[in-house]
Amino acid sequence: MFRRHGLSVFAVVIAAFILLPVIVIVSYALHADGALWQHLLDTVLNEYLVNSLLLLLGVGVGVLLLGVPTAWLTSMCSFPGRRWLSWALLLPLAMPAYIIAYTYTGLLDFAGPVQTWIRDLTGLGYGDYWFFEIRSLGGAIVMMSLVLYPYVYLMARAAFLEQSVSSIEVGCSLGYSRWRAMWSLALPMARPAIITGLSLALMETLADYGTVQYFGVSTFTTGIFRTFYGYGDTAAAAQLAASLLAFVMLLVLLERYSRRRARYHSAAESRARADLIPLMGSKAVMAAVLCSAPLTFGFIIPVTQLLLWAVFEAEPLGWDFVSLAWNSFSLAFLAAIIVVTLAIILSYAKRTKPIKPVRTVIAMAGFGYALPGTIIAIGVLIPLAWADHSLIALFENFGWDNPGLILSGSLVALLFAYTVRFLAVALGSVQSGLEKIKPSLDHAGRSMGHSPLAILRKIHVPLMRTSILTAVLIVFVDVLKELPATLILRPFNFNTMAVRAYELASDERLVDAAPASIMIVLVGLIPVLMLHASISRRRPH
Amino acid sequence: MRHMAIMNKLLLSAVTASLLSVTTAQAGDIVNVYSARKEALIKPLLDEFSATTGIKVNLITGKADALLKRLQVEGSATPADLFITVDAGRLHRAKEAGVLKPVSLPVLENSIPQALRDSAGYWYGLTLRARPIIYSKSRVSINELSTYEALAEAQWDGRICLRSSQAVYNQSLVAATIDALGAEATQGWVEGMVNNLAKSPSGGDTDQLKAVAAGVCDVTIANTYYLARLINSSKLADQAVASKLAVFWPNQQGQGVIGRGAHFNVSGAGFTKYGKHPEQAKALLEYLASAPAQAWYADINNEYPVVAGVEISQALKGFGDYKMDPIGLEVLGQNNRQAVQLMDRAGWK
Repeated sequence: MFRRHGLSVFAVVIAAFILLPVIVIVSYALHADGALWQHLLDTVLNEYLVNSLLLLLGVGVGVLLLGVPTAWLTSMCSFPGRRWLSWALLLPLAMPAYIIAYTYTGLLDFAGPVQTWIRDLTGLGYGDYWFFEIRSLGGAIVMMSLVLYPYVYLMARAAFLEQSVSSIEVGCSLGYSRWRAMWSLALPMARPAIITGLSLALMETLADYGTVQYFGVSTFTTGIFRTFYGYGDTAAAAQLAASLLAFVMLLVLLERYSRRRARYHSAAESRARADLIPLMGSKAVMAAVLCSAPLTFGFIIPVTQLLLWAVFEAEPLGWDFVSLAWNSFSLAFLAAIIVVTLAIILSYAKRTKPIKPVRTVIAMAGFGYALPGTIIAIGVLIPLAWADHSLIALFENFGWDNPGLILSGSLVALLFAYTVRFLAVALGSVQSGLEKIKPSLDHAGRSMGHSPLAILRKIHVPLMRTSILTAVLIVFVDVLKELPATLILRPFNFNTMAVRAYELASDERLVDAAPASIMIVLVGLIPVLMLHASISRRRPH
Repeated sequence: MRHMAIMNKLLLSAVTASLLSVTTAQAGDIVNVYSARKEALIKPLLDEFSATTGIKVNLITGKADALLKRLQVEGSATPADLFITVDAGRLHRAKEAGVLKPVSLPVLENSIPQALRDSAGYWYGLTLRARPIIYSKSRVSINELSTYEALAEAQWDGRICLRSSQAVYNQSLVAATIDALGAEATQGWVEGMVNNLAKSPSGGDTDQLKAVAAGVCDVTIANTYYLARLINSSKLADQAVASKLAVFWPNQQGQGVIGRGAHFNVSGAGFTKYGKHPEQAKALLEYLASAPAQAWYADINNEYPVVAGVEISQALKGFGDYKMDPIGLEVLGQNNRQAVQLMDRAGWK
């Protein structure tokens, strides 16, 4: 029994553990009293909903517009700068949304250098001229699109690159133009990857608190915090979070229904690439401009501003920056290894035994990504503290020393929270990598008498190396940027760069937050560059 | 390739080892602090305390409500000895949640005025934060200003900037006003102010000050230390902002609630119910209320000291003397929920 179902059982147990904090939150929600809910319904809920939906819609359109064309151009066409743009387009991933928001506000706000310059130049006063109000719903959409499009870019590009060129060639030989082949063949084939990237960006958008709060845009998530902080009502906050979760589930189901039985693995064997489509003259310039724009606005401008602040205005770095950087790096590194390993086990269990309970549990295990970090932290804290209390009771029974809070008071809590929050990211990348490998390879391995684990190790992992590295990269960078759960769950005297940047920024010392922000971006660049090196080594461009 | 694998293993073990070395709270001569005061605004004092007493201080900073939740969930196993917040309402909430215990400290009872600490000793105020009206010197004549309530009048239409009602400082201001005027009149006041807003609330107190200086609006309500920080800043742009602004102490004259005084709040600390180092915690709290520590708050963050006879910063002296609203600070906690609901209804974002 266990031999046949061992992996499935193991996977279900892991997934159930990861789901535990979400279950805690949902069960908390059942205890809420209706009075506050009624008040929210009467006053602010409508606005929260409308703003959240508009934000989702705007960011969805934004990341698709920025991510898909750039992925297509850098993977299928040749134009000047393509090589370095293909990895540089990933750079905004290292930029936390709240930091790009602070930075652009400093630049474009009425008190910032741009508007002050306009006023000095023209002699106009505030209100005499029109200027884009950065602190608005539109501003939030732009900021988030600029840093979240790399999810779509990364997934879409990997899909375009892994597509067998022959299907496009066949399309062309059937009389399709290259562009027609893109619309009718390449894009639909890349759809699962694009949708994965899009849903990651949207879930991140839903969970965002820092940006919308700073911009004064009331969304569902700021509502959750208002209920938790303002009303001190955990149950009602949990109820709002549970509604958010229900909404995400609905979206996931819709997407799954629209895909139904479509298969996306390529039947072709050949990995040989045809020549890239050469772009000449104005087309080449347009392609280069199109691909540099997201990079310029999502990375170069904000990083330059942060550097200027850090060098000329901020308080200089102290030596504790070394320990902050090491804490951030090691935590992100360890979390990425754990999360991706779990994602591989879960995805593979689903592939070998795609039975309903396994599929359902694994799909649900990724829901944590749409929940704000603070809510997940509470969901993690409650069961871990319960386990700690049980352990303490057990130790006392044996007459041993009180061990203290070895789970909820240590980094275990943080790593658990990161797993719950970011498993979806790793699952998305690993699963879409796995989907592209033909089942016939599994059958071949099985018929040669290999165990599923051996097949995973010898066939799948090498074949989806890029997908796995991508997953490691995204989880690493996400943990590096993560703030709310880190803030609540970290042990004594343990700070990260994100915590430092937040503390200074929330004390309204934006300029002094610049050095820590820059460090987050720099450390985040390490895996981006490593990923790039690894992918280019394996694939002739 | 081989080297890569070895490197990876080395890195992984280094990472694991360094993270495992982060233990929970060690035993010994220590005190464990959960603090909603930012690290930069407390750590130097804690280091100084450790240097003079030899007691090691372990610190976790975070948002007050999140730390409170952590205290609640950890229950009797909590390592925390002291809970520090920047708002009396949160201290009251912690007391109500049953995570604090009353401790009598004769030294502090003598030096800290009754109004600035819990009567039963559940918490003690450590610094005072005033939240007056701050106005543009060029566009507002001082005769136009009188009370917080007057900001709801039609003459201020399109001339006010306010920070979001998410900010606990605004919640406490409204909670205090409910105590003075009653819920109904406060509702009218808040609605009037929201109608007078020049722009939708966003950003922090400093952003409101910059907005007034840039001419987006003419008045705002903000904590004084933000203005003092701009005055003391080495940056010309900050000094330029500060030079355009002045403090007005509202509700200073008149009888009854009209002359109740300006709104203020305290940052403070309470003893956790299940703290394992009560003596060390007492020593730390007494140190935080001592004259040198009080002078440090005044000097570094421009907060008003809670003990008499401590010099305040030059910037604070420039704001002048004022009368404080003699409210019992636990009212801020009691009225908090009502205040937030009221602001929701008035559309204060």
